[in-house]
Amino acid sequence: MGALGHYLEQESIATAGISLIRPHTEAIRPPRALWVPFELGRPLGVPGDPAFQTRVLRALLSLLDVPAGPVLRDYPEDAPGNGSAEESAGWACPVSFDRPAGEEEALDAAMQRELRQLQPWHDLARERRGRSTFGEAGLTIEQVSEFLLAWTGDVRPASLSADLSSPQLLKLATEELKNFYLEAAAAQPGAMTGRQAADWFWGQTAAARLLLALRAVCLAAPEPDVRWMGHNLMVPRAEWSRFGIEDRWWRPA
Amino acid sequence: MARLESFDELGRDYLLSMPMPAFESTPWVTPSPVREARIAIISTAGLQRRGDRPFSVDSADFRLIPGDTPASALVMSHISTNFDRTGFQEDVNVVLPLDPLHDLAKQGEVGSVAAMHYSFMGATHPAKMEGTARHVAGLLKQDAVDIALLVPV
Repeated sequence: MGALGHYLEQESIATAGISLIRPHTEAIRPPRALWVPFELGRPLGVPGDPAFQTRVLRALLSLLDVPAGPVLRDYPEDAPGNGSAEESAGWACPVSFDRPAGEEEALDAAMQRELRQLQPWHDLARERRGRSTFGEAGLTIEQVSEFLLAWTGDVRPASLSADLSSPQLLKLATEELKNFYLEAAAAQPGAMTGRQAADWFWGQTAAARLLLALRAVCLAAPEPDVRWMGHNLMVPRAEWSRFGIEDRWWRPA
Repeated sequence: MARLESFDELGRDYLLSMPMPAFESTPWVTPSPVREARIAIISTAGLQRRGDRPFSVDSADFRLIPGDTPASALVMSHISTNFDRTGFQEDVNVVLPLDPLHDLAKQGEVGSVAAMHYSFMGATHPAKMEGTARHVAGLLKQDAVDIALLVPV
C-alpha cells in the first residue's frame, strides 16, 4: 500500500494511507501513514461502528495537515473485539454440528451434513444483513463442495466456469466455502471477532479438513502455480501450528 | 492483532521476510485543505462489483467502484487467506469507509467525495502495480481529486 503512495504522490495526488504492518511502512517510507493496531482485514477497526470508523478516518485525514514528511503516526485507540485470546474466551458458535457417534465420518458425508445444518443459518444471515458475499462463483454451495471434494480425488475435475481454469476456480471455490460457513456462523446475536470465527472454522468443521486435504493435493501438483497455491492459499499461516505445518517456503533451502 | 508480536514466530518470520520495494526518497505534495479537497479511496482489498472479473494471482490491474455502489454489490476476491473477512461480510465500511467519508463531507469536514474509487489486489508485488497506479492518478485528476486515501486490508 505504501508504494502506491509513492507512485500517486509522484503524479501530484496527495495521499494518506493506513498502515497495518508497521515495519513494512517503516521500510517503504510513504508520504503519510497512520499505523493502526487492528486485526488484519479490519483497517477501520470495528464493523458496524460508524463512530469508531469515523475517528480512524479523522486521524487519517489529520495527516494531510502535517507540513512536511514522511510522517508515520500511531493510532492510539485499540478496537474492542480485537481478537485477543482473552476476548475469544466464552464465545460459542450457535452452529453445533450434530456429528454421528463412532468411527470417523467420511469427508463427503461430513460436508453434506454440515451444509444441511448451516443452510438455515446462512439464510438468516443473508436476510438480516441484506447481502451475502457468497455466490461470486455462480455455483450453489453444494456444487462448491462437490467441486472441492472432486479435487481431492484421483482425477482433477474440469472447471465449472467458462472464464476460469480449474485451479482458478479451486481458489475461488475455497473462498466461497469459507464465506458461506462464516456468514452462517455470524447469524448469532452479538459480535464475533475474526479470531473467534477462525477458531471455530479451523478447529471444528469438516470444511477445514477439506481445505487441509486440498493443500496437500496442491503441493503434489505438477504445476508450480498450483504448488504455490498449496503453500499460500489453502490454509492461513495463523492456523499452521494447529495442524503441525512448518513450511517456510519463503526461506531458501 | 496487527501488532507484530500478536503473530506467532512463523508468521512474524514471513512478514519480516517479505521483499519491500526500495525508494530513494519520499515525494511530497502539499494538498488543498481537507475541508476543501475532493477525496477518493483506493483500496488494496481486492474489492470488486459483483459480476466484475475476480482478481487472480499477480493481478496488477484495478476495479472501479462508483461512489454509489451499494454494499450488496461489493464482493472481495483478494487471493490471500491470511486476513479476516468476517468484518467485511458484516460491514463494508470496515474495509472501504465510504459512508463515514460521505458523512464527513455532509458535515463540511471534507470538501467532496470523488465519483469513482479504485480497488487493487494487495498480494501483488507493488512494483508490478506502478504503471496501473500512474494510470489511476490520471483518472483521479480527471475527477478533480486532490487526495487519495489508501486503505489496505
